[in-house]
Amino acid sequence: MNHEGRHGGTAAAPGTAILALERVTCAFGGLKAVADLDLSLERGVLAGLIGPNGAGKTTVFNLVTGVYPPTAGRILLDGRSIRGLSTSRIAGRGVARTFQNPRLFAELTCFDNVRIACHLHCGATVADSVLRTPRSEKEEHELLERASGLLEAFGLSGYAQERARNLPYGDQRRLEIARALATEPKLLLLDEPAAGMNAQESIRLMHLIREIRDRYRLTVLLIEHDMRVVMGICERITVLDHGVKIAEGLPEAIRRNPKVIEAYLGEEA
Amino acid sequence: MVRRLLIGAAVLFGLWVLDRGLTAGLNPYFYRILVLSGLNVMLALSLNLINGVTGQFSIGHAGFMAVGAYTSAAFTVYAAPRLAGGTPEGLLAALLFIPAIAIGGAAAAIAGFLVGLPSMRLRGDYLAIVTLGFGEIIRVAILNIDAVGGARGFAGIPQLTTFTWVGAGAVITYVVIRNLLRSYHGRALLAIREDEIAAEALGIPTTRYKVTAFVISAFFAGAAGALFSHYTYLHTNSFTFMKSIEVIVMVVLGGMGSLTGSILGATLLTALPEALRFASADRLIIYSALLIVLMIARPQGILGQREISFSRMFGRFRNPAPEARGTGVK
Repeated sequence: MNHEGRHGGTAAAPGTAILALERVTCAFGGLKAVADLDLSLERGVLAGLIGPNGAGKTTVFNLVTGVYPPTAGRILLDGRSIRGLSTSRIAGRGVARTFQNPRLFAELTCFDNVRIACHLHCGATVADSVLRTPRSEKEEHELLERASGLLEAFGLSGYAQERARNLPYGDQRRLEIARALATEPKLLLLDEPAAGMNAQESIRLMHLIREIRDRYRLTVLLIEHDMRVVMGICERITVLDHGVKIAEGLPEAIRRNPKVIEAYLGEEA
Repeated sequence: MVRRLLIGAAVLFGLWVLDRGLTAGLNPYFYRILVLSGLNVMLALSLNLINGVTGQFSIGHAGFMAVGAYTSAAFTVYAAPRLAGGTPEGLLAALLFIPAIAIGGAAAAIAGFLVGLPSMRLRGDYLAIVTLGFGEIIRVAILNIDAVGGARGFAGIPQLTTFTWVGAGAVITYVVIRNLLRSYHGRALLAIREDEIAAEALGIPTTRYKVTAFVISAFFAGAAGALFSHYTYLHTNSFTFMKSIEVIVMVVLGGMGSLTGSILGATLLTALPEALRFASADRLIIYSALLIVLMIARPQGILGQREISFSRMFGRFRNPAPEARGTGVK
């Protein structure tokens, strides 16, 4: 695993934003799912994006990964605009994500789920593959090691040859994170990683997220409803409501922000 | 490399010997069934790449076959005599048959690219309708080209295809697609079948892969068409919508995504109607009923997504390669 080497050389000076949204709007017809959003992520930060249902959190992820083009505004990754790039090209620039409902390759083995995600780091041509040239053989061999290494790091080695759909739910979520890491991202977007987990699993997940951030030197942005998780690990929090940013800052400040309590927490009270 | 060439030569020689034996020992009727089986194996394997592996739904395979058949036939009839300075005979004819097949495959691959590029934004039923339309357009267009016989059929094509040619074609189709599936390219295709959105998010350019699958698939369908046109009377009636459906049934019956399943399905469905000839008029009913029963009993196809693997059968004698355990499809 050569995470440091790959991104280390191209990294901009510390302190610059790895991701910046500048007055980004995303409208579907008359509905503004995201309105005039400014968001900036420092390199290496573990940030949270929260808000009531329908606040536009997942839309932000879809904008950053190029699933939707923004109606207005700019999205900069490492200072470069991602305008017009396809989702796969953006992934190539170092953005990986998980989904609200795990989108694993259900019929394939866990091992193949991770191995497929190493795609960005393969260079053999179709002709190489068909003729099984030394280049392709060598690369395939590297894939084996890379994928088994990741499965091991996530404690999923025992499931390597199991079909992904047969895994317990919590393990499916972890497999999805392992798969996202196989792309060797700089920025990892996690969409409700703790959804459907019990308290114990959530705590394990929190440790895991912090650990992978440190180990792989990632920047992490996560959407989460579980306040224990959000307050427990996020260093910065952004709050959305109806597509508009209503608060931003440290967890303690967010916890006491009256606007947030009204829009989000107050809803339930 | 040298080893592979030797294996290739050995397989070719084996096929040739087998061909000799079959010609001598078998009546022409059975020989014909074997050749047609081989062609159907090529068609089913190549269609499996689109329908089974990549999870797209194409029903225009007969169209690609027709493009290959007519292009290669036109090459043999119009271009080959000029290249050879007269009607080529014997070994020269056989040597000129190779570019004819390649040209047929290439023409079909180009057609695959042209159809694939705009239609890859479509999914499921919509893609099926586009490919269906393509197949019909090709057929009707050829029907109206007088230089290739139009509605009379294309006559005067030398009958160069033998079991050796078809066998070699089927082996090459199998090896190419199998090698592809064992590589990261092939796994990217599987990922598209499983979840296109996730595949794209992991950096797999899904549209490019789908078009690539279409091109490779069309190439082998075209090559099969080329072999077909040098074997039997060539008329557009051989490339109707029903032919496409027939190939789909072979793929589905064998098991979507299973290469050995496609081989099995193609052979079985070529032989079955012949084996049922004793029932004369009722055979189509029996044939259909058998298909229905099979699909009820095994909706995933005979082999499902598994493969028959000789190396696994004999795997006890040596260490299995780690990658051989990897994918459901190999």
